Order: sequence, then structure tokens, then C-alpha cells
Amino acid sequence: MSANLPCPFPHQHLTGIYGLMPHEIAFLLDEAEQWIALNRTTTKHDSRLAGLTLINAFFENSTRTLLSFEIAGKRLGADVVNMQVSQSSVKKGETLIDTAVTLNAMRADMIVVRHQSSGAVQLLADKVDCPVLNAGDGRHEHPTQALLDALTIRRRKGYIAGLTVAICGDILHSRVARSNILALTALGAEVRVVAPPTLMPTAIERMGAKPFHDFDAGLDGADVVMMLRLQNERMEGAYLPSPREFHALYGLTPERLERAAPDALVMHPGPMNRGVEIVSSVADHPTRSAITEQVEMGVAVRMACLDVLTRRRRGVEGWA
Amino acid sequence: MIKPLAIRNARIIDPIAKSDVSGDILIIDRKIAAVGSFDAPADAETLDAKGAYLAPGLVDLGCFAIDMAAFAAGGVTRVALMPDQSPALDHAALVQRAAAAGKPDLWVHPIAAATKGLSGNDLAEIGLMKAAGACSVATGRHWIADSGVMYRLLAYAAALDLVVIAHAEDGGLTSGAVATEGEMATRFGLPAAPAIAEAMAVARDIALAERTGAAIHFRQLSTAAAFDLVRAAKARGVRVTCGISPAYFLLSDIAIGGFRTFARLSPPLRDNDDVAAAVAAIRDGTVDVICSSHDPLGPEAKRLPYADAEAGMSGAETLLTLSLALVRDGVLALPDLVALLSTAPAKLLGLPGGTIEPGAEADLVLFDPDAFWKIDSDRMAGAAGNTPFDGLPVQGKVLTTIKGGVIVK
Repeated sequence: MSANLPCPFPHQHLTGIYGLMPHEIAFLLDEAEQWIALNRTTTKHDSRLAGLTLINAFFENSTRTLLSFEIAGKRLGADVVNMQVSQSSVKKGETLIDTAVTLNAMRADMIVVRHQSSGAVQLLADKVDCPVLNAGDGRHEHPTQALLDALTIRRRKGYIAGLTVAICGDILHSRVARSNILALTALGAEVRVVAPPTLMPTAIERMGAKPFHDFDAGLDGADVVMMLRLQNERMEGAYLPSPREFHALYGLTPERLERAAPDALVMHPGPMNRGVEIVSSVADHPTRSAITEQVEMGVAVRMACLDVLTRRRRGVEGWA
Repeated sequence: MIKPLAIRNARIIDPIAKSDVSGDILIIDRKIAAVGSFDAPADAETLDAKGAYLAPGLVDLGCFAIDMAAFAAGGVTRVALMPDQSPALDHAALVQRAAAAGKPDLWVHPIAAATKGLSGNDLAEIGLMKAAGACSVATGRHWIADSGVMYRLLAYAAALDLVVIAHAEDGGLTSGAVATEGEMATRFGLPAAPAIAEAMAVARDIALAERTGAAIHFRQLSTAAAFDLVRAAKARGVRVTCGISPAYFLLSDIAIGGFRTFARLSPPLRDNDDVAAAVAAIRDGTVDVICSSHDPLGPEAKRLPYADAEAGMSGAETLLTLSLALVRDGVLALPDLVALLSTAPAKLLGLPGGTIEPGAEADLVLFDPDAFWKIDSDRMAGAAGNTPFDGLPVQGKVLTTIKGGVIVK
């Protein structure tokens, strides 16, 4: 790339989809495409991050996302270190900023952070010299999930602009919903959010999504149905009468799916509460469900993000 | 013996006479001896005000810490100290000790805890604490959830002629919340409560105060619905008053953008409509007191993810400066603003102060309403610089603070 052209992704960190231009989102999706191909070979290796240290600082339990980032980093040749909360000093009272200073002193080249508090990743990013990537902070954002979802949709449908995407379930507690609303509306989709009133954030329409409390109405003609996990661990108090009632009103069944477009894509960021927000016959549907494909796209998207965010550090031409 | 002090060439703001005239003030033996023109004693020291404004020292109703440097820098000469101390001010001996904390540079007037340990369950010995020097009684940072306890507290306090200072947030609605429901909380994924939580608490407590005949003061109100309730209650003669601090009439919840923990307050910052309602309530007299809610919090409490940070701001140093915006915007005349900052809180709590007449304690603040400066959290005089106004260019600066005839700043 010529040094005279503007940098296609001028951000130091990826703390959220908020603040990204549509062409920057599309750029990351385009970059991810090449890694899908590599991941489908038996080699699965590129050494562009050789010598760089990637620290996965996970302050909140995670298996899938941590594994996805670890695989992404290793496939690019980085030295990957996983720091999980049970091993960290956080349990001894160390503050997040102390942790940030420590990681900085260890000369990390890239830090991937997951934290249970909204805004924690931004706080950490403000204190370190290297790029920081948000792997989910509280209810705030989960940008790589939104990117992998967008990539999955784009590959399945061929385009995103003009599609109707229904995001259904526990919107209130979902960082996935927030990042997806921002990403998909930026790329031209119409986004609906479907949830009972107790799990619907106020003013969600100000983020560009159209709210529905009636599941059937929200599904009507949707091209993509994205189900979310009921986050019981974030709920104290009377949010729902019971999982049984939630399933009856908001669970995705084959009958319900008939409301959506005939070729509607079914998605779920996982892990799923089978029999609650989605039934297995829908989740495992061989043609309609894109859930395992989302996992595959996750690795590619994370490889793309790690590659792009470290380009300046690696002195790639045009990224100074 | 303190030397007499003559302050010459001042613009004297008298909130009671509602006057704003040039003149001099003579202080002898900690008290104002003469106002206007006089012959100063031969041994008097002279302070040339050079045309700066002279007003009664601020009486700050409801601070959370005795922060001498911050109060001196802000022109505050008396503070009503909230009972949320460690330990809580729920015993006469603790009240007595707190009252002695600042003298002579600052007079601290402790507010007694309404319930033991501020737990909201059992009434504290508020009669004994009154005898020990408590100026009023407060529920602390939280409301009292049990309506029966609140009812009995109001009735009991009324018999002792103590004002009950209440925190107005329905705890059932605000449990776990760190922001006001709305676009900002939604975008940032912050646990939020509806703004109506404030009016819910205000409505209940007004009803109980009306029933018991008690005087109730809501230390910080911030929503249109709550101001409407207070306005209506006042109109029918309920003994209700309310306060506000500058953050609520100058900032909306947009200030929490970027997860700025300095803007994490209790109650949380509201939307623009509520900010406009706050200004209207100040304009029409619904708001009785402007206070700082001074709560200096260090990095251990603020350098955390937004939801994990403690609520509170350092406000004493900027109280007068920020409030002067109300005068520049034509909401209030300067003497009326001074009344809200000084005379009204003193009167509400039955404290000396807030006047500028011969015989009154010489608690004064000299300020330049036009001086430009920039609020810098790193350069605050007080214990901590946790202000949501960090970096804001402002107009109006305290030049000198005089407590009992002695210059403390």
C-alpha cells in the first residue's frame, strides 16, 4: 500500500464498534476473508506476528472466546499468554490499572481483554502503550463478535445492506446486541430487537434498532434471526417469571421460524441454553443454522484484528 | 486578640437586603462591627478589595468530608457534615467530636444519622445527638426503605424540631444502577434506573412529612418530576425544602461519555429535560439551597471501571464559581444566588451565618465574578480532584475566605 493513501484503519485499539466508520468495518471483514481460506488448509500458519507477545487478559470466565483468540494468535505466530482471573492478582485486590501497568511493563505487544464491567477495556487501553482489543466488557461491547456475525451474514447472503436482522432475547444484558446493532446498521441492515420489556434497554431505538416486544411481529419476514443467551447470572430480581414462560413467549422453534423469511439464517453467539431461547432442532438445522460457521468466522476475524492492530507496531508500510 | 480588619473598596452583596453596593466592612473581635463607611481603629489592618465582591461565607449543606483546604479555597466558612462517616455519626460522642473538627478556621455542624449505623432500621439517639450539637438528622447516602421507620423518624424529629434530610431515590428501583435509564446508559451498557426513582421517594416522604408535620429537606434533587412534587407540596404548606448541586443544573448524562468516573454521582446525572427543569426550579424558588455535596474520592475509588467506581464529586472549591453561571444566564440576581449558597442553608439548619450586618460573625468571601480560570483536577487544593468539570474554562474565582475575622485563604 502506498504511504500516501490514508490508513484504512487508523485506530490504535479496538474497544468497540462505536466510532468505526462503515468502510473500516468492511475493511476488517475483507481482511478476515483471507484467513478463512488459510484456516481451511492443513498448514494453518502464518508467521507475521512472530516475536510479538499477545496477552489474553480475561477477568471474566470464558472458554470459547479465549480459545478463539488463542488459536488466532498462535496461527499468526505470536507468543500467546493467557491470564485468567483465577490466576491473576486481581483476586488479591490489585486494581485494573495496576494490572494494566504491569502488563505494559512486561512489554506486551497486544492485549486482549475481557472484563465483567462496562468500560473496563477503555480504562485499561488508556494506560498501556500497545493495542488493546475488547473481547467483551460488561454489557457494553463485544466488537469481534459483531464482526464475525457480520462476516457470517455477508458470506451466507452475499451482502448486508438492506437485510432485516432480528436480534432476540436478553437485549438488556447483551454486549453482543449492542455491538451488532452498531455494526449491522452501519453496514446498511435494518435491525430489530425483540425482548420482553424487562430485558429491553430504554432508548434502544436511539442506537438505530427498532424494538419489538412481540416475538412473532419481530420475526416477520426477517432475513436473519440472531438469538441471544438468557444471561441468568446478570439477573437479580424479577426480570422474568420463569425460563418456561420465556421459552413460550420468546423461544425460537421451527414453528416460530416460519414467521421469518423462507431462507432466514439462524444465528446464536453461544453458549446456548437449549430449550430456553432456542430449541435444538433449529440450532442444529443443517441449512438454516449458521451457528458453527460463526465460530469458524470468529477465528478468522480475530486473526484479522490482531494483524491489523499490530501493523503500526510491526512497521508495515503505510501504517506508521 | 485578633487585630481589627478593615476591608475597603468592596462590592458588598447582601442577600437579605438583596443589595449590591460599594462600601467597606470593619471587623472587630471576629464580628462585623460596621458596614458602609466608618473610621477604622488605629491598629486595624486594611485589606483593599479593589472592587471585588464581598459576600457572606458559604454555608455548605451536606458535605461528606472535612476538607479544610477545599472549603477555604471555595469560600465555605461553615459546613453541615453528613453522617456518612466512618463510623457513622450515630452517637452523641461522635457528633461532639465532629463538631470540634474544624475550628477555628471552619465550623463543622454535624448532621446526625437517622438510624443506627445508617442501616435504615432502628432510630438512632437523635435527641441526644441534638443535645451534642447535631444541626439536623439525615438518612445518609440512601433512602430509608421501610416506610414505617421513615414515618416514625419524621414524627420523632418533628417533636425535636429537627429537619430531616432525606436521600431521594427509591432503592428498589435503583438497586445496582449506576446511571439514569436513557440513551447514554443503553449505549454504554451501564446498569440503569428510571429517573422516576427520585420522584417515587420524594412522593412518599412528602406524604409522610405532611402527615407528621415534620420539616423535610431533600439534599439533592435532579428531576422534573421531583421538583414538581416539591413545588406542589410547598404550595399547600408542607414543610418541604430541597437542594441541588451545580452538576445537576450544568451537566446532563452526556458527561458520563467515555466512562468518565468523575461524572459518576448519586443521584446519577439526568437527561437534558431534567437539567432544564432544574434550572426552572432554581428560577422559580422551588430550590432552596445550592450545595456542593463535597465528597473527595481518591484514585482508589475512581480509577476503576465506571460501574465499579464510587459515586461522588469534589465540589467545594468550584461551588461558587459554577453557581455564578446562573447569574450570567439571568436565572438569578447575584444577591439571590448568595442567599441560596449561604443564607438559606444557614436558616434551614438554624445556624448563624448568611448575613452581612453589624454583630454577625465575620464569615466572608471575597470573589472576582469575572476572573477566568480553568478547572484542573490535578491542581485542586482539596483532598482530591474528582470533579466532572475537569478541564472546563470558568469565570469567577474566590480570592479570599475570611472565617471569624481571620483570613483563611
